[in-house]
Amino acid sequence: MELFTNQVLAGIATGAIYACMALAVVMIYQAIDHLNFAQGEMAMFSTFISWQLMQWGVPYWAAFVITLAFSFVAGIAIERILFKPLTKAPVLTNVAGFIALFAIINSSAGLIWDFTIKQYPTPFGSAPFLGSQLISTHQAGMIGVTVLLLLGLYFFFQYTRIGLAMRAAASVPESARLVGINTSWMIALGWGMATAIGSIAGMLIAPVVFLEPNMMGGVLIYGFAAAVLGGLTSPFGAVVGGFLVGIFENLAGTYIPGVGNELKLPIALALIISVLVVKPAGLFGRHIVKRV
Amino acid sequence: MSAAEEVVTEAPAIEAVPKRAMTLGTGTSLVVLAALLIAPVFVKNFIIFQMTMLLIYGLAVLALNILTGGSGQFSLGQSAFYAVGAYTTAVLMEHFNVNYALTLPIAGVVCFAFGFLFGQPALRLSGVYLALATFALATAMPQLLKLNFLEHWTGGVQGLVVTKPDAPFGLPMSQDMWLYYFTLVVVIAIYIFSVNLLRSRSGRAFMAIRDNEIAASAMGVDVALYKTLAFGVSAAITGIAGSLGAIAVQFVAPDSYTITLAISLFLGMVVGGVGWLPGSIVGAAFIIFVPNIAEGISKGLSGAVFGVLLFLVIYLVPHGARQVAIMGQQLAGRLRKN
Repeated sequence: MELFTNQVLAGIATGAIYACMALAVVMIYQAIDHLNFAQGEMAMFSTFISWQLMQWGVPYWAAFVITLAFSFVAGIAIERILFKPLTKAPVLTNVAGFIALFAIINSSAGLIWDFTIKQYPTPFGSAPFLGSQLISTHQAGMIGVTVLLLLGLYFFFQYTRIGLAMRAAASVPESARLVGINTSWMIALGWGMATAIGSIAGMLIAPVVFLEPNMMGGVLIYGFAAAVLGGLTSPFGAVVGGFLVGIFENLAGTYIPGVGNELKLPIALALIISVLVVKPAGLFGRHIVKRV
Repeated sequence: MSAAEEVVTEAPAIEAVPKRAMTLGTGTSLVVLAALLIAPVFVKNFIIFQMTMLLIYGLAVLALNILTGGSGQFSLGQSAFYAVGAYTTAVLMEHFNVNYALTLPIAGVVCFAFGFLFGQPALRLSGVYLALATFALATAMPQLLKLNFLEHWTGGVQGLVVTKPDAPFGLPMSQDMWLYYFTLVVVIAIYIFSVNLLRSRSGRAFMAIRDNEIAASAMGVDVALYKTLAFGVSAAITGIAGSLGAIAVQFVAPDSYTITLAISLFLGMVVGGVGWLPGSIVGAAFIIFVPNIAEGISKGLSGAVFGVLLFLVIYLVPHGARQVAIMGQQLAGRLRKN
């Protein structure tokens, strides 16, 4: 039983990261209807920026805030420069663009910071949390930051004018334009926020997976899986999906014989496909009715 | 926001380029064919090998083109079918001493079954959801090939070494050259089959589904059947490409068939032009040679250079090589008029 609780709690902690990643994926998906395959690399690059700042002697939380600001601006810049011209291009062209961005960021990070594995500090420490052996303070901190982030986003989208405008631009762009919302800038804003959220995920998971240019590969796949599981149209669903994927991944690795670390990913993905076959829009997604 | 219903008019997944045939004209085809036939005589074995790989990747891109350009379904999991084809050939050749040429149809049938079965649950998914499902298949495949109980057959992480065939009937050819011509014959046969398939009743059913699934089903097209059929055919052709790849490279190992391969094939299709079959070879050339060129420009930044080149392609010609071909045709037409 203790093993079980342990695995579930550890699952919730990693699930918090997947939830952040999934949230970032959903933010961009809502804005432009595409899955951003470069999301993980963007987060990795931000994490490197914060690491570099700390190497230069900037304290953790200052580096954290500067990185957030940098990521936000970088996200907007990427949208304005690279993806705005592709708005009218076919879907597949956009996907190719994301893959190109992935290659560019991955390779530049490798050149600037090389591919050796680096230690990344945690602001929470790694002692057992509140004297309990179940989770460490870092894991508790990860969950805490995710929850705060979620609350913040909830209030932003529910109670601010600009949050409302963003929701309007994402769901009915034509009508939003008619009431005077600059939908094109709302998309850029969505990119900026998604990049910032991704950078939080990166900085939280870096102490666990260590810092290197390929660190986000697996995390991004789980993030996608979580987003799709929860429903790509629902930020809330993305978060629930993230926690579910985290827990399931850990339990499958522990209890299904022969799975181990190698097969965790395929098993988690198989689960998701089974869920999708039963509920194609994900657990909390909007059901879309098509007409000719 | 959850569970709310929304009515949308779906735009077709594939953007229409000015309606043209999916193939080259007869004259151009013959010129290309002649060039492909004569070229190996003048070059070294290594270049012949690269040309063989070009044909093989071209075939795999063609298979994806039938699926996406034909029936409008995405797949980021083609590397899985490629791997199954490659392993079928390797296992048959090394454990059962089957002739290499015979392994191709067997790989085709195995992959057809595999693709058809995978198409069944995938039927309910579309767009990004299908992309994720196929992506999952591609990530899982290398791990599945490493499984312990398959190790006796697959060689586990070590992989299997495949013997390269000699030219038959004592023909005075190097192994590489023989394999090139063998591949060329297979590729031409499959190309002709694909062109005819897309022009047939089934092909029109694919395209009806691509352009508007609901309208197609209202007209009496069996959407489920044709969607899974498209998956099956695409998987079978990818599998044959995988078999040829295994013979050409003389080696199969789980890590040769990762998601990177699937992404490369996808990029090849986009660069070549979605739905334009001759573009497959152009796309294959892009994914084989551009990384080398990028490496030549800067070793450390090869990924970045590749990415920048890819961006240039999609900005300048969003519809890929197909667009270039159409522009060329129009230019030629204008010159003829003057």
